[in-house]
Order: sequence, then structure tokens, then C-alpha cells
Amino acid sequence: MIAAPEIDLISLAPVLVLSVFTMLVMLIDLFVGKNKSVLVFVALTGLLLAAVSSFAKTDWPVSSFGGSYVVDHMSVFFTMIFCLSSGLAILLSVDYNKRENIRVGEYYSLIMFCTVGMIILASSTDLIMIFLGIEIVSLCLYVLAGIRRGDTRSNEAALKYFLLGAFATGFLLYGMTLLYGATGTTKLAGIAEALSHAEVLSQPILVMGVVLLIAGFGFKVASVPFHMWTPDVYQGAPTPVTAFMAVGPKAAAFAAFFRVFTTAMPELAPTWEVLLSIIAVTTMFVGNLGAIMQTNIKRLLAYSSISHAGYILIAIIAKGSLATSALLFYMLSYTFMTFGAFSIVILLGRAGKENLELEDYSGLGFKAPLLGLAMSVFLLSLGGLPPLAGFVAKFYIFQAALNEGYVILVVLAVLNSAISLYYYLKVIVFMYMKEPKGDFQISLTPITLIIIIIGLIGTVQLGLFPGPVISLAHP
Amino acid sequence: MELLIFYPLALVSVILALFVVFNKSPIGSAVCLIGMMLGLAGVFILLQAHFLAILQIIVYAGAIMVLFMFVIMLLNLKDDDTKWKIRERNIFLSSATGVLIVGILYKIIDVTTDTKFDSPATVPDNFGTVEVVGTALFTDFVLPFEVASILLLAAMVGAVVLAKSKVD
Amino acid sequence: MIDDILNFLDPYWWLIIGVVKAVIIAVGLLSTVPLLVWLERRLMGRFQVRLGPNRVGPLGLGQALADAIKLLFKENIVQSSADKFLFYLAPAVVVFTAIVTFSAIPFGEPFEVGGESIGLWGANLNIGLLFIFAVSSMGIYGIVLAGLSSNNKYSLMGGLRSSAQMISYELTLGLSALCVVLMSGSLNLYDIVKSQSDMPYAIPLFPAFVLFFIAGVAETNRAPFDLPEAEQELVAGFFTEYSGMKFAMFFMGEYINMITMSALITILFLGGWNSYIGFDIPILVFAFKVFLLLCVFIWLRSTFPRIRYDRLMTFGWKILLPTSLVTMLAYSAIKVLVIDA
Repeated sequence: MIAAPEIDLISLAPVLVLSVFTMLVMLIDLFVGKNKSVLVFVALTGLLLAAVSSFAKTDWPVSSFGGSYVVDHMSVFFTMIFCLSSGLAILLSVDYNKRENIRVGEYYSLIMFCTVGMIILASSTDLIMIFLGIEIVSLCLYVLAGIRRGDTRSNEAALKYFLLGAFATGFLLYGMTLLYGATGTTKLAGIAEALSHAEVLSQPILVMGVVLLIAGFGFKVASVPFHMWTPDVYQGAPTPVTAFMAVGPKAAAFAAFFRVFTTAMPELAPTWEVLLSIIAVTTMFVGNLGAIMQTNIKRLLAYSSISHAGYILIAIIAKGSLATSALLFYMLSYTFMTFGAFSIVILLGRAGKENLELEDYSGLGFKAPLLGLAMSVFLLSLGGLPPLAGFVAKFYIFQAALNEGYVILVVLAVLNSAISLYYYLKVIVFMYMKEPKGDFQISLTPITLIIIIIGLIGTVQLGLFPGPVISLAHP
Repeated sequence: MELLIFYPLALVSVILALFVVFNKSPIGSAVCLIGMMLGLAGVFILLQAHFLAILQIIVYAGAIMVLFMFVIMLLNLKDDDTKWKIRERNIFLSSATGVLIVGILYKIIDVTTDTKFDSPATVPDNFGTVEVVGTALFTDFVLPFEVASILLLAAMVGAVVLAKSKVD
Repeated sequence: MIDDILNFLDPYWWLIIGVVKAVIIAVGLLSTVPLLVWLERRLMGRFQVRLGPNRVGPLGLGQALADAIKLLFKENIVQSSADKFLFYLAPAVVVFTAIVTFSAIPFGEPFEVGGESIGLWGANLNIGLLFIFAVSSMGIYGIVLAGLSSNNKYSLMGGLRSSAQMISYELTLGLSALCVVLMSGSLNLYDIVKSQSDMPYAIPLFPAFVLFFIAGVAETNRAPFDLPEAEQELVAGFFTEYSGMKFAMFFMGEYINMITMSALITILFLGGWNSYIGFDIPILVFAFKVFLLLCVFIWLRSTFPRIRYDRLMTFGWKILLPTSLVTMLAYSAIKVLVIDA
């Protein structure tokens, strides 16, 4: 008779709740016909319950399933971020889908499946689980990117993302295999333990594994030189999906990236620190310099998200508990600003004409002063101006890096922050200093208004009073 | 005795893998890929992992490659399309890749000529049997095993969404 | 001199025995095919109230030989637009996989010769059942390649149809075979037969038996599931362009697959060489059961009309597959709740 495995379903509560609600969404979809708003309610309820149920275990950290799943402050905080970002993405989609005629009920279940994958990704301490999580997230995103089947740009985005993504997953898996081959275990704790022996640590195969892992994760978080897909995919995907992609899945990939490198391979840090530093710096530069040339707002935000990946990479290099809380805080504030900015991008579009060029923003500041103000707040926060959330987030990351003595890295990052202000201000210049080309047909629905208000509150609140959230993010 | 089987198998696998890349027609590449999968299954058998070997054949050579063939058949390539479109050669990239490969090969030889490979570890009798693999799946790896079902469901839903002929 | 040779060979007996077995199985199978063709034609004749071939030799047995010779000497036509290598490869793959599949099938208890125990099987594999599924799934490629390499639309359609059909029905086949594995607790075919010494699984596992049989007929591309070679629509399906011996090889593959499938059904569901009535020549019992099943195959062919293609797929995916899943689930529940408890 086989000994029964150790099963701790309470740890898994958010995953289970969300999976059940995902399937519920799929089932209800069969009976509701063309109006999908019921699905939105069910999906939001599921996300809310998942967020609540992540507190089912209180004595953090709890490790379960033989050390392959963990509930700690990082996983819980990330679960919050994921539920928030998926909820915002679903809300953002309601009007957009009506306008663009996306009438697929599976749209919502795919976003929720994706959330399940993200929670798994942030809570796993086993390479196999991390791989499965990444695959769940990526597969859902491939489909979501291409969900507008009649639109060639959407098709291009899906195909590009799929082909490159599958390739990158191959790298990631190969890296994991090499790591497993060298250490004989897939559990992160076990790997760390094995690496503390000198004869394991000296194997050259490890270095190759680490390099491949960086390539694989680097693709998922869109860092240079694995960033080529980002502008095209962000541009082609439906805008709510773009906003979602820029926040949730990216945060999840960073969570796994952080966990794998800081808990499993601190012994190898001298090797990967150098590589990651180079990648972080080039990512910031390529992202910011690339963004300057863009005239399309979605591409601009795509490059901006590349540069943000560069800043976040610094948190991984810095390691330590301060870096953990900095990472968590950054991802949360990034959620608010990104969703805020994208909600206004969606608002300016009309059926058949998305108005994505910077020219289309000319004069928004006079015609709709409040919207212009909100957009400016989000952009300035993305640029890292005080007293907004983006500033505090960057400040904490730089602080964590300085504590560990990475002065040059921080200097370069600050320099990049200054460069980035140029293109964020460019949009604001268009909004306030150019004559409007035509009149704006803005139909502000309550749902979009709620998202913008949530974004504004989050951005300002986190900027002015970061204390409570920081202490929550601190282990 | 084992090496007598291993070297021909490995050689055939490598040659077939090269043919996959260099073959001019998609069908030929696919056939070579199937052959290579079978060669890999042979290597698994030499490593005492019989169950894995059979799974390799059933899943990869059997199921996945049939789908490849299906796609090739359904695309129903015209005469002028049966050849791969070859990109322009980029001398810089080619030479960089060459250097990289030589470096990796050098490192691999360096690693494998290490003395510890002279005394391979012995495996227990029941190594690689269905029973052992099954036990591992349902005890140590029960969580990944179950999570894989979410992955498959999501993939299935996604594929149906993209392929459904009309959206009502 | 002879002693020297024997001494030298002593450690390699297993190899020699293996080679001899392999040759016997291959030759035996290949020479059964003409007999089977003859059987089919004679039986079909009876079913259709006519005589069938009865002129050449006693009972018309010479007809089989004559056909074989005719096919061997026929002109070998390869049309210029075909992909030569794959065109030649396809029939070889079909026959090769068919023979290799049979090598894992046991048909009796082992016996002793000069201190050596010789089993009545090509290879007694721990995972024999999986091996059979694996190799027979390779057989699909013969058909696919024949369809692709002929450069002919009828062949292509035939290849497409038959591979789709085989993939679809393989699932049902595997799931219903799993019921047997569940009950016997082994993937080894010899052990499966041993575990049926009291009662053949066809009785307790009757639903699985029916499912396996239907899927098995579809898997061997036999009527009423012989869509790939539907003459009215596809000329001759995937082997439209083949002639002579290569044409015959596809037939050989089909008939060997038929034998293998009958043997597999015998082993999984009909108790293998267990006679249950005290008749104690295992190999004859086994052969008799296989023969009966072959007759059923032929009977089906001459009785049922061919199914339309879309109905075939609907039947496979929407009826057979769910049914077999439910059956599997039910037997697992029985196994856990009733038998083990």
C-alpha cells in the first residue's frame, strides 16, 4: 500500500477557490446567451473570495506538499496584487468588449485561469510547480492576446508571443533540468542545501543552468535582450489584456524569478549578480531610449514597462528582506498607475478607431480637464516624481540596493529615471500644449470611472502614506 | 556491450536530428524527427527507464508527431511551397553561433571526461518501472500532477476559443 | 570442434533463442496472411450464399499461393511525381510495426528444453500492453506516409481519414484496456492471462470488452470502419497509387494487425490459453480463440454497411470515448470500494 502523501488543502485555498469559480464561469457561460455581465459578477466574486481565502493560514510561513508550496507574506501579498489586477482587468474589459464586439465568455475564464497560474507561480517552491505556473499563465496570455480573431494585429501579437514564448519556455525548462541534474532535487530549499557543498557548487553545468534560467525568466518579464516581442504584442493585444499583461503576469514572473534566485541559489550569487546587473542596466536604457521614439501610446507604454522591468530586476540583485518588501511595494503601485493609464487609453478609443497615436491626445487637457489631470498623475507616477507612488516604489528599491552596496547600479537607475521623464512629459505636452485635432467623443461609464478613481487613490495614497502598506509588505 | 548499442543509437539520433534541420521538405523533416524520437527512446531503455521510453514513443513519436503530419497534410503544400524558405545568411551571427557551440562542446568534453563518470551509480531493481513512477507521481509530486490538469484545461479552453469556427 | 563451438555459444543461448523466436514469429505471421485471405474469401462466399474460390488445389487453398506469386511478379509502378523514399518506406513501416507488435504477445506457458526455459512469446515485457500500443501507434505513420508521398488527392484524403480515425479510436482502446489493467494489477500480458485462470475478464468487464472490440475493429481499419479505403469515394484510399508487392504489403499489414488485435482481445478479455473446460493444450486453445475472433471480424465485414465519415468521428468522440471514461471510472470505484475493501 502506498503511503498517503501529505496534503494541505487549506494552504491551497486561493487556488482551489479560484479554480472552482473559473469553472463556474465557464458553465454559466453556456446558459447566459449574449449578455456576459453575469460572468463579470461571478468572476469578481471569485477573485474577492480568493483574496480573502489567502488568509486561511495565519502562521506564516507554512510550507506544505513536501516543501513544494509555501504560504508566506510574499505569496499572500502577491495573491492580493494578482486578484486586484485581474479584477481591474475584468472591469476594464466590460465596456471595451462591448465596443470591440468581443463576445467570448471564455475571455473571463481565461483571465481567471491566468490568475490561478499566477498564484501558483508566486507560492511555489518547487521548480516543476514554477514551470507549470508559468505555462498556465503563458498559455492563457497567448490566447487572450489573439482573442480578436478578425484583427490582423491581434493575430500577429498572438502568433509572435506564442512562438517566442514557447521557445523561451524551452530555455527555462532546460535550465531547470540542468539545475536538477547538478543538485538532484527540484525543491528550492533542497537546491540551496545541495549548493552549500563545495563539490556541487563547482560544477560548470550549474552556470549553464543559471544562464538558461535567466534567459527564460528574462523573456517572461520582458527584459533586454529578450524584450523584442513586447511592443508588438502590447500593441496588438486588446488594450485591457495589454494592461493585464503588463501587471499581473509580469509580477508573477518576478515573484518566481525572485524566489528561485534568492532562496535556491544565494550561493551562486557572485555568478548571477553580474549577469543580472548587466541585463538590468541594458533593460533600463533600451526601454527608456526606445520609448522616446514612439508615437503610439500603447508602444510607448510597452517600452515603459520594459524599463520598469529593469528597475525591478535591481530588487532581485539586492536580495534580502528589504528587497522583498521593495519588490512587493513596487508591484502594487505599478498596478495602480498602469491600470489607470490604460483605462484612459481605452476611454479615448471608439468602435473602429482606437485613437492610439500621441497626436490623438492633443488638447485633452482643455477638452476634458479632469481626465487630462488623471492621465498626467499616472504618467508622472510612472516617471517617478514625488509625491506619487512611483517615486516611493523606486526609492525603496534603490534604498535596498544601496544597503547592499550597489552604488553604480543605483546611479544608473536614477539617471534612467530622469530620461524616462522626457517621454512621459511628452505625452503631457501633447495634452496641454497642442491644439486639439478633432473633438473627443468620450463616453465615461461608471465602471471606467471607478477604475480611474481606484487608480488615482492608489497612486496618491501609496505616494503620500506608504507606511501601512510597507509594513504589510515587510516580513 | 551497452556501449555497443549506445554508440550506433546515439549516432543515428544525432544524424537524424541534423537531417531534421537540413531536410528540404517538411515531410522529410518530420519523418527524421520521428526517427530521432525513437532513437531517444532507445537511449532511455539503455538507462533502464523502460516506462519512460515507452511514454516517449506513445506521446512524442506517436501522438504529437501525428499532429505534425496532420498539419502538413492539411496545409496541403503546393509544389513551390514544399521547400523551406531559407533566410539570407548572416555571417556575423553564424560565426558567433559557431564559436558558442565550440565553446559548449569543449566544456561538455571537459565535464564528461571527469573521473567520477568512470564509476556509474547502480540503480535499484525496480528503477523506472511503472510502479515506481506511479508512486512518485501520487506521493512526492501529487501537487504538480494535479496542477497539470489545470494547465491542460486552460490549454484546451484556449485552443477551442481560437479555433471555434463561429462565435455566436 | 563442435564442443568448442558449443562452449563458445554457451553464454549466448538467450541470444540464439531470441533470434530463432523472432524468425519463427515473422515467418509464421507472414505465411498466415495468405491463409487468412483465403479464409476470408471462402467465408464471405458462404455469407453471401456463393462458393468463393474453390478451383485451385484442395478446397481452393492453392488460390492463396497463386495470388501471392502473382503479386510478387507484378510490375512495380512508381509514378514520377511521388516522393520515392517515403513511397518505399510507407509499406515497410506498416508491415514492420505489425510484426513487431505481435512479438510482445504471449501464447502459452513456457516449457523446458535442455535446462533452458523457453517462453512462448517473442518478449515477455513488464510493460507489454504499453509496448503494443506504442508500436501499433507507429503503424499509423505507414498510412500517413503512403498518403503523403503518393502525391494524389485520393491518397491524401485516405491517409488523413485513417490517421484521424486511428487516433480517435486509440483513446477508447487504451481506456478500455485500462479496466483490465486495473483488475489484474499488471501491464504484463502473461500476468494478465494468469489472473484470469478462474474466469475470463469478458464476463465481469463486459462493457469494457464491447468497447475494446469496437475500437479494435476501427483501429485495424476493418469494415464497417474501413473509411480510408472507401472505393466509391476514394478509389482505394491511401494505397491508390501502389501496385504489386507494395500493394500486397499493405494487405499483409492489415491482416497481421487483425491477428494481433484478435490475440490481444483473447489475452485481455477471453482468458488467453485458459480453456476452462479441462482441454489442456494451451497453444491450441489460444489459436482456437484467435480463429473465432478472426471469423467474427470477417462476419462483421460481410454484414455491416460502411459508416459515413462524420458519423464515424461523432461516434468515436461523442459516444465511445465518454462511455469508456465512465466505464473506467465505474470500475475504479468498484475496485477501490468493493474489491480492495
